[in-house]
Amino acid sequence: MGNVELTINGVRVEADSGSTIMDAADKAGIHIPRLCHHPRLSMQGACRVCIVEVEGVRNTVASCCYPVRDGMVVRTHTPEIQRLRRDIVELLLDNHPSDCNTCERNGNCELQRLASAMGIRERLFAGERKRYEKDLSSPSVIRDPEKCILCGRCIRVCGEIQEDAALSQVYRGFDTVVMPAHNAGFMETVCVSCGQCINVCPTAAFLEKDATAPFMKAIADPDTIVVSQMAPSVRAAIGECFGLQPGRAWEGQCFAAQRALGIDYVFDTQFSADLTIMEEAAEFVAKVKAGGPLPNITSCCPTWVKYAEHFHPDMLKYLSSAKSPMSMQGALVKTYWAEKMGVDPDRIFSVAIMCCTCKKFEATRPELHVDGRAAVDAVLTTREFGWLIKHMGIDFFNLPEEEPDSPLGSSTGAGVIFGATGGVTEAALRTAYWMLFDKDLPKEAIEFKAVRGMEGVRVATVDFEGLKVKAAVAHGLANANRVLDRLRGGEEFHWIEVMGCPGGCIGGGGQPYAGAYAVPLDEAMLLCRSCALYDLDAARTLRLSHANPDIQGLYRDYLDKPMSHRAHELLHTHYYARVPFGIRPQEAQL
Amino acid sequence: MAYRREVLDTPDWWRELDEYINDQREKNRGHVQSALIPVLHHVQDRYGFIPDKAINHVAQALGVPTSYVCGVASFYSYFSLTPKGSFTVAVCLGTACYVQGSQAVVDEFSRRLGIRPGETTADGLFTLVEARCLGACGQAPVVMVNDEVHAAVTPEQVPNIIAHYTALAPREPASSNMA
Ligand code: SF4
Ligand code: SF4
Ligand code: FES
Ligand code: FES
Repeated sequence: MGNVELTINGVRVEADSGSTIMDAADKAGIHIPRLCHHPRLSMQGACRVCIVEVEGVRNTVASCCYPVRDGMVVRTHTPEIQRLRRDIVELLLDNHPSDCNTCERNGNCELQRLASAMGIRERLFAGERKRYEKDLSSPSVIRDPEKCILCGRCIRVCGEIQEDAALSQVYRGFDTVVMPAHNAGFMETVCVSCGQCINVCPTAAFLEKDATAPFMKAIADPDTIVVSQMAPSVRAAIGECFGLQPGRAWEGQCFAAQRALGIDYVFDTQFSADLTIMEEAAEFVAKVKAGGPLPNITSCCPTWVKYAEHFHPDMLKYLSSAKSPMSMQGALVKTYWAEKMGVDPDRIFSVAIMCCTCKKFEATRPELHVDGRAAVDAVLTTREFGWLIKHMGIDFFNLPEEEPDSPLGSSTGAGVIFGATGGVTEAALRTAYWMLFDKDLPKEAIEFKAVRGMEGVRVATVDFEGLKVKAAVAHGLANANRVLDRLRGGEEFHWIEVMGCPGGCIGGGGQPYAGAYAVPLDEAMLLCRSCALYDLDAARTLRLSHANPDIQGLYRDYLDKPMSHRAHELLHTHYYARVPFGIRPQEAQL
Repeated sequence: MAYRREVLDTPDWWRELDEYINDQREKNRGHVQSALIPVLHHVQDRYGFIPDKAINHVAQALGVPTSYVCGVASFYSYFSLTPKGSFTVAVCLGTACYVQGSQAVVDEFSRRLGIRPGETTADGLFTLVEARCLGACGQAPVVMVNDEVHAAVTPEQVPNIIAHYTALAPREPASSNMA
């Protein structure tokens, strides 16, 4: 990795040997247009939008995969290159529906931005355009091949970051389509509904399944009681829906916005995050005391659960039986709360605002229903929530900061950090300590910095009065596979946390699209979002789930104690092996 | 074509396929990408096309994600993912044939058979394909039905050609292509 020196557009630039022309140009502040390239994915070289001129090389080269050489002379924006690039983008447009005005990604589309940057103001070609059916079969993710420009980012995120390999390019040339095996509906495939294909798609070829329509219908019906909950990560990212940089939480405004939308009772998923910690920590402590079965593997991420059901059925026995916070909350709304309020649970419309596309699928899982009813009736993503706020003319930033309703709205700092990778582990350790030793961790010891951060796999051993607890944290399913490989290889863990999305839920498939000057899945962006959550935690007086007075009240009045009979009925679930059986792609990149 | 598949899907065949896969895996020193192509050929030799079920089986056995196997099987023109008819009608659209009017011949086959190029008739008799230069330019426009060459074909001859092969058709759907 020596340094090389090259000239780009007349400017001398230093670069690592082994880096690409695009990397070098980026470092020098020269932006070469691009489409199929993504910094966290393998090279593709498919779109040719990034072509540049290299002196002494006869044809133009794709800068995203062309290595730098010492003394190289590169030109990125000559009239000739500009013309070629314009033609390349125009050919893409040519094979693309011209319905930008009605497209979900209008104003947020990389192809639009590119066309504008290329200065395409009129269309010169008019060729044949392909026509395909949408796949609407999944409750989470819609696939619309007509919008696809074959950049292959979805295939790579699904195969490389998620090691799921649900997607592939099928057929060739003009007939090429990105599709799952046998062009089956997503629910008949190994797709885990994580929505990362939505995040990286430059256009609207992947989208979440809309839930705003049933939500608006429920709001409009005076007989329906609309009850909401909101995941931690939504507050950490919602500002980005309105053009802000990531990193600031808008908690109070989110509650106010929900009331402004007409929601009758505004609760918080963080309440049930605290509850999940009570149940899961109790389960964990019981396993530790009984000497197994260990590790305890977290189960709050539905993407991870579905992945384990397809790819790791032999590991299901280690998954915590605790439901996710969303499903616990939904179950309580239609039982505990309905009874308390004396309302018929059939009149309740329970809506969850989530950073996650897979939560839409989770809500349909029959084993999570309570007394024959869906625990959650509709799941809105952060993006859908942001859209509803705009749609209803709510001036988000000038809303007063409000509090959620009681009693299913209160939460501690431990519930907040669920949204960031490592957060569940940290929250669980705080409460497990109390359960084991009947006293709280000293104030200065409640932060477990070793499990925080963006490293794909983090392993930490904490010393609990001589009891060494070894915990592993993984985010992104490829990283989960790394940990499970170590487990199968004989390494022992007490606890494994898996979040399906890079960064944890803050990087969820339902989060705001990366803006014009950002890259989806960008690590700095994910870090900013997670900091917003850690800041909220640090600012709380109560930072331990078991210290939440409303959680204490719930156990006193209704559930008795963690892992009680009633708690099992309402708050725990089971998993089963799913077909098709998953085949991991790592040894078979094609 | 359920009839054909039932006959071909014997336990012996799947056992033999597994052995073949293992052989290929060894030959290619565990490099599954390289093993995949001969294995798909083997499957196509058996069925005349590559059924979904075999794709799933091969994916499992080789440890290649099913979606990727679909990608490979659909990429190469010598693999077919749909059953082929008893008679494959290949109309040449190479330059020599094209200038002699072979497009009109394809269109006429298409109209009479009620299928587009690449498709197979519902009775499993005919598959229509467009070919690039069949190497008989002197006899343009050329049509090949399985391995028989028809020279200087005009749209008017199309009904006769169809009738000729329909008369030859086996009563039961063909179970040719048995390896
Ligand atoms: S939702 Fe996730 S698993 Fe499904 S196709 Fe998209 S990236 Fe792959
Ligand atoms: S990590 Fe969070 S956002 Fe992503 S799939 Fe899991 S629960 Fe959903
Ligand atoms: S960005 Fe370089 S080829 Fe697509
Ligand atoms: S062009 Fe048809 S046979 Fe050569």
